[in-house]
Amino acid sequence: MNLEGKKQIWSSYQKEIADDNYYYARSCIRQNFFPASEVAFLRILREELGKNIFDDPNHTTCTGIGYHSDIVPFDTIQTVVARHFALMTEAGLENIAISCVTSFGMYTEILDLWEHFPEQLEKIREYLYKATKREFNIPKNIAHTSDIIYKFRNEIAQKAKYQLINKETGEPLRVVEHIGCHYAKMFPTKGVGGAEFPQVLSGMIESWGGNVVDYPERRHCCGFGFRNYLVQANRGYSVSNTKKKLESMKPFKPDFIVANCPGCAMFMDKWQYTLAEMEGVTYDEDGYGIPVLTYEEMAGLVLGYNPWDLGLQTHQVQCESLLNKIGIEYDPKAKYLDKNGNQLPIPESPMNLKV
Amino acid sequence: MRNFGFSTTKSRTIDYEKIDNRLIRYVLENEPTFNACLSCGSCTAICSAGNLTSFNIRRLSLQIRLGELEHAHEELDKCMLCGKCLLECPRGINTRNVIMLMKKGLYLIESESKEKNDR
Repeated sequence: MNLEGKKQIWSSYQKEIADDNYYYARSCIRQNFFPASEVAFLRILREELGKNIFDDPNHTTCTGIGYHSDIVPFDTIQTVVARHFALMTEAGLENIAISCVTSFGMYTEILDLWEHFPEQLEKIREYLYKATKREFNIPKNIAHTSDIIYKFRNEIAQKAKYQLINKETGEPLRVVEHIGCHYAKMFPTKGVGGAEFPQVLSGMIESWGGNVVDYPERRHCCGFGFRNYLVQANRGYSVSNTKKKLESMKPFKPDFIVANCPGCAMFMDKWQYTLAEMEGVTYDEDGYGIPVLTYEEMAGLVLGYNPWDLGLQTHQVQCESLLNKIGIEYDPKAKYLDKNGNQLPIPESPMNLKV
Repeated sequence: MRNFGFSTTKSRTIDYEKIDNRLIRYVLENEPTFNACLSCGSCTAICSAGNLTSFNIRRLSLQIRLGELEHAHEELDKCMLCGKCLLECPRGINTRNVIMLMKKGLYLIESESKEKNDR
């Protein structure tokens, strides 16, 4: 195959990502478990990249978790999503930036459904109008927030204070990237690189100096799976999937994991604690676990943001080993201080996972 | 260790780098014709023991290739060594010798494990 042909094929794996003026759709999980990630995203877009993004206090959950758990009917979630589009329309915006991969999957699924079944779209317009007296336009551009960071990865690299390089050895860090299943496995054309070659995170890692780890279970699910963890008795299935991934990546000695899905970041982080407490296993050499970051946290570290402002202390696997490897300056005493400098309660230490 | 009310399950993916290949290696070293087996099942179809019990040579052969030895001993005891399978095999494999080697190999593996535990 000649180079021209390769380029042509690769261009079909790209997606259009809007340049500016976004309506921000927040994520339930990210707000609860990694709240500083969304703050970091808004800060990067506004302060570093000078973009206009509207963070709407009237925006609600998309109800995607309820839908995937067979609790929320499809017509209901369509109406909720239609309301979000109405809020976007009222704000005078046409591009939607979605923080959550579950929501991103839902929005794309609903838009695809409306394209094929216009009568369904009309029905939802009617439902929304009856319920709220609101009307909406279909967004011109739909992007996951990781798409936007990916689009501006080189601009971020130019402003970077740190690189994803081991300070002592000078070697690039070994980074495991994990793409949420609902990002491109359902609608491959909606993700950068499609379902086969998702580049959204590997592009960021390589631009910021790191090396991507290619391991056998790289595209395996993180174990989230909605119903698999909602019922306690089913959680073994969820944690077994995560264990399979962690076992597969362990021989490659990754320095950290980065995920673009709130659920993936949460489960790959929290289940490491669970596995350590249940079975006494950890997946690094020293018993601390493999740190798991969101892509905003990774971008924030590269840009030199304070790790405690990025909320890294709220993760289950602690990140000091990673900060030391990169050579990031931080104050250990400020780890559990609030914004006014008052001491917050220090979490209890796990039995087996070192902190 | 803590109990959270659930536990992990072992992956059912076959990992050829991790399977216990001691028995199949022993059989193939001593009866190389077994390499030619295409799992057609003729041996199982003709098997007298298989007509009366759950004995299944093809299943046994596949399990041993995957290193699943838990029930091998019990299964092998069902074979009457009549040798009809040997006459039926389209690849001319000495299946009776394969069964005998499985029994012998399994005995060696079990003795080795016992010795290790006694030490």
